[in-house]
Amino acid sequence: MIVEIGHFALILATCVAFLQAVLPLAGTMLDRPRWQALAKPTAWLQFSLIVLAYAVLTHGAVTDDFSIKYIAGHSNSLLPMEFKVSAVWGGHEGSLLLWVLMLSGWTVAVAWFSKTLPLAMVARVIGVLGWVSVGFLSFTVITSSPFERLIPAPADGRDLNPLLQDPGLIIHPPMLYMGYVGFSVAFAFAIAALLSGRMDAAWARWSRPWTIVAWMFMTAGIALGSWWAYYELGWGGWWFWDPVENASLLPWLFGTALIHALMVTDKRGGFKAWSILLAIGAFSLSLLGTFLVRSGVLTSVHSFASDPKRGVFILIFLALVVGISLTLFAWRAPKATLGGKMGLVSRESMLLANSVLLVVATAAVLLGTVYPLIVDALNLGKLSVGAPYFNAVFVPLMVPVVFLMVPGGVAHWREARWAELAHAMRWPALAAVLVGLGVLFFSTRGTWLTAMGMALATWVVAGLLHQIVNRMQKPGRIPPSFWGMHLAHLGIAVVVVGITLVKGYEVERDVRMGVGDTVQIENYSFELMGVSEVNGPNFKALRGEVRVNKDEKLLEVLYPEKRRYFSSNMPMTEAAIDSGFFRDLYVSLGEPIEGERPQWSVRVYYKPFVAWLWYGSILMVLGGLLAVSDRRYRKSPAAIAA
Amino acid sequence: MKKFLIPLGLFLVLVGFLAVGLTRNPQEIPSPLVGKPAPAFALPTLDRSAPPFGPQDMRGQVWMLNVWATWCVACREEHPLLVAFSKVNQLPIVGLSYKEIQSQDMPSGSKLSPDDKLQRARERSAQWLQRYGNPYAATVFDLDGRVGIDYGVYGVPETYVIDQKGVIRYKRVGVITQELLDAQILPLVKKLNAL
Amino acid sequence: MSTNFLGIKRLMQGVLFLLAAAAAATAQSKEAELSAKEPLIEQRLIHISEELRCLVCQNESLASSRAELANDLREEVRLLIRQDKSDAAIKAYLVERYGDFVLYRPEVKPLTWLLWFGPFALLLCGVVGMVLYVRQRQAVQKLAQPLSEKERDQVRVLLKNGESP
Repeated sequence: MIVEIGHFALILATCVAFLQAVLPLAGTMLDRPRWQALAKPTAWLQFSLIVLAYAVLTHGAVTDDFSIKYIAGHSNSLLPMEFKVSAVWGGHEGSLLLWVLMLSGWTVAVAWFSKTLPLAMVARVIGVLGWVSVGFLSFTVITSSPFERLIPAPADGRDLNPLLQDPGLIIHPPMLYMGYVGFSVAFAFAIAALLSGRMDAAWARWSRPWTIVAWMFMTAGIALGSWWAYYELGWGGWWFWDPVENASLLPWLFGTALIHALMVTDKRGGFKAWSILLAIGAFSLSLLGTFLVRSGVLTSVHSFASDPKRGVFILIFLALVVGISLTLFAWRAPKATLGGKMGLVSRESMLLANSVLLVVATAAVLLGTVYPLIVDALNLGKLSVGAPYFNAVFVPLMVPVVFLMVPGGVAHWREARWAELAHAMRWPALAAVLVGLGVLFFSTRGTWLTAMGMALATWVVAGLLHQIVNRMQKPGRIPPSFWGMHLAHLGIAVVVVGITLVKGYEVERDVRMGVGDTVQIENYSFELMGVSEVNGPNFKALRGEVRVNKDEKLLEVLYPEKRRYFSSNMPMTEAAIDSGFFRDLYVSLGEPIEGERPQWSVRVYYKPFVAWLWYGSILMVLGGLLAVSDRRYRKSPAAIAA
Repeated sequence: MKKFLIPLGLFLVLVGFLAVGLTRNPQEIPSPLVGKPAPAFALPTLDRSAPPFGPQDMRGQVWMLNVWATWCVACREEHPLLVAFSKVNQLPIVGLSYKEIQSQDMPSGSKLSPDDKLQRARERSAQWLQRYGNPYAATVFDLDGRVGIDYGVYGVPETYVIDQKGVIRYKRVGVITQELLDAQILPLVKKLNAL
Repeated sequence: MSTNFLGIKRLMQGVLFLLAAAAAATAQSKEAELSAKEPLIEQRLIHISEELRCLVCQNESLASSRAELANDLREEVRLLIRQDKSDAAIKAYLVERYGDFVLYRPEVKPLTWLLWFGPFALLLCGVVGMVLYVRQRQAVQKLAQPLSEKERDQVRVLLKNGESP
């Protein structure tokens, strides 16, 4: 009975979303303020209904209601409670419900925080979000309802995929979805600007905080996904250029470009059409990602159970939303006026270069991801595009983006002079060159790639320190957005250091170990003390005991496991990691090996600075937080009118 | 202002490709061996006294090579069809037993000699064929899978149609169905026989 | 009396066991052997197989996959390395049997020109577009400059002459 209530709430929410989509927008076109005023109440009603539906599904998961087909397919009575709750988004149908929950959540957030916005603008933004909701809700209700019943109910569920039975599942998808969905707000603002014909700086100023928050979640989501793959998959990789990973990187790249372009539109009134295009693009890439992951057109370790029928629905939805948006863009955007004066060398041009580079990088990743599909569609055969391609193309494109962080911050608006710029950047340049040369000459395994990576990171850090020192010597209050920008850029530099050093200096040893055998890496020694059998709540495992010594002294004992879950009989590696600020020690237990004495295949990794990948991501998110906390986004209506 | 239409144009091209992509299966890999001579081999057969057998022994006729194993669940699905087919048509079917002895078959701590492996494979296969029917004019054993690699085998069952001159004309990855036989294989065989 | 006897027996058994275990441990404890018998071949194998696809996996490289076919193919590659075949020859060997699909680094041929050169061509367009845009902006800015004194006089004259009497 409760399940049917949930199902009904979802259907009702779809109808309300339709009202939310139609009435406020019609109200702006027919000049009916009463209809426009319906935007906020319909948004709240839709949100409440979806919360109800979501609560019902969670209740079903928590009470082991296996008469719900989705719960039977993704949960199990032996599953620990925290995973029962997160199993709600472990599969296709449930994750869609999470998607629509977040979409309506962002919509009510816009409704809540838009007290200073004109009614017509609010009506348009919420109306557009309503159309997106209609699409996703009807997709869920029609093709992927999580409330389908299984009669008779099985005695127990099929269990959650063991790979997902992990804290990573609890936090990575929600963060990522907050990002994906969050870009819909900037999208809605852009469409609202096109619809109203007013593409001036105001839409940019309003959408900046929303875009930054969405970007923060996206950054966190991607970083968490990378971290999760690192410790969960058992062989120390953290990025595979898998189609689903690329699907999350694409909107992130556009989102980064959008944040920077909006700066120019907000402050200088320039790039109006370009910012609108980027905003449409970022969310379009979110939708494209949804399609790629759930339609089965691409092979991926991450894909949900694919169904071409669902693929058709999403594709039509994608085609309509993006097609209409881009048509509206082609029609209205030419009327946008040009901004203020912009020199060939100026902060504006640096930010424009940032946009161009990020868009090209996005195009490259997108091209590589869909190229196998294009070739197949043209009946020209089947080929694979993997990490070697992406690394070869993406890295050279991103190097200039990171490089530009320094001149971009130093250059004046409107016009900057080469000589002035060069003079301002001489210390960072010197520091970078010294570090680069140092790596080349003093490190035994230092390659020119490692040197370049370290030089680039030094350039950025020295550059931002220099700018901070300069700024502090000037009078006047320093706004949080200044700190935010430099903190986020510092985060990127930290990530660059992490990638450069882990790629340049990591060590892997693939060995057979018997009890008492040791492996030596750098000044660490790993000794296998023994392997025993252990029982978990829903699995059986072989657990190794590995004693780690540093310089002959005991550092830690690690317990890598090889688990076999009852439900799926899938073997799972639980690597044991000693995580440190400067290095990770990573031990992975493999299969037992036949021989005269008992041996196991073990992989031991020494990964220097790998944690900096995630420290850097945290800094980036914090930088975004500081930027959003800037007071100008919380001005009262009176102050804005002044 | 036509440049403002470029994003829409590019997007529609992308959607076109995605739409076609929905009708394709990214997991199906076409074989580069179609049109090339069947790689030679000389493998032991089910009959202990017979000499090693290979594609050169089938020259002059159109024949079918079916890759299978007793551990392959899907093979059981297509087997009745093959048995029926072998009785009705003049197309000889040669069975390639692929990696019959798996690593989990070998008790840990000991190793089987190649002769032991072959013996066990013969016994198991003979038993299986007796139980489910034997459609094969000859059965050969590829125990270590190296012939399979030469033929680009990556998922059992797989089936090839090879012509009189020893050139591979068709490859199917997955079970053979009646539709496939009627729509693709039989017409091809007829065409090849007419040449 | 009997319990004591049993106790001592147990104790002796325990000590003997410990001694035996210690002896065994010291006798056999050593540097773990590398899974690979030939490190140089393994190095080449890892380098090559990182760029090859595991055909039975859902997007994993031949280097990392533990699937049966992946093991077999890695063994095959080892064989070819021992025969002193070059990287290109080994890749060609596999492509002959499995098609282009097995390569994670697509070959540079007309079919993949768009893939390999597209991004950089796009970058070139972007840079050119950017420069043209900035130049255009500067031209427009020039037009939007406030009128000079002379131009102002001209406008005044024109307006005066256009006024109806």
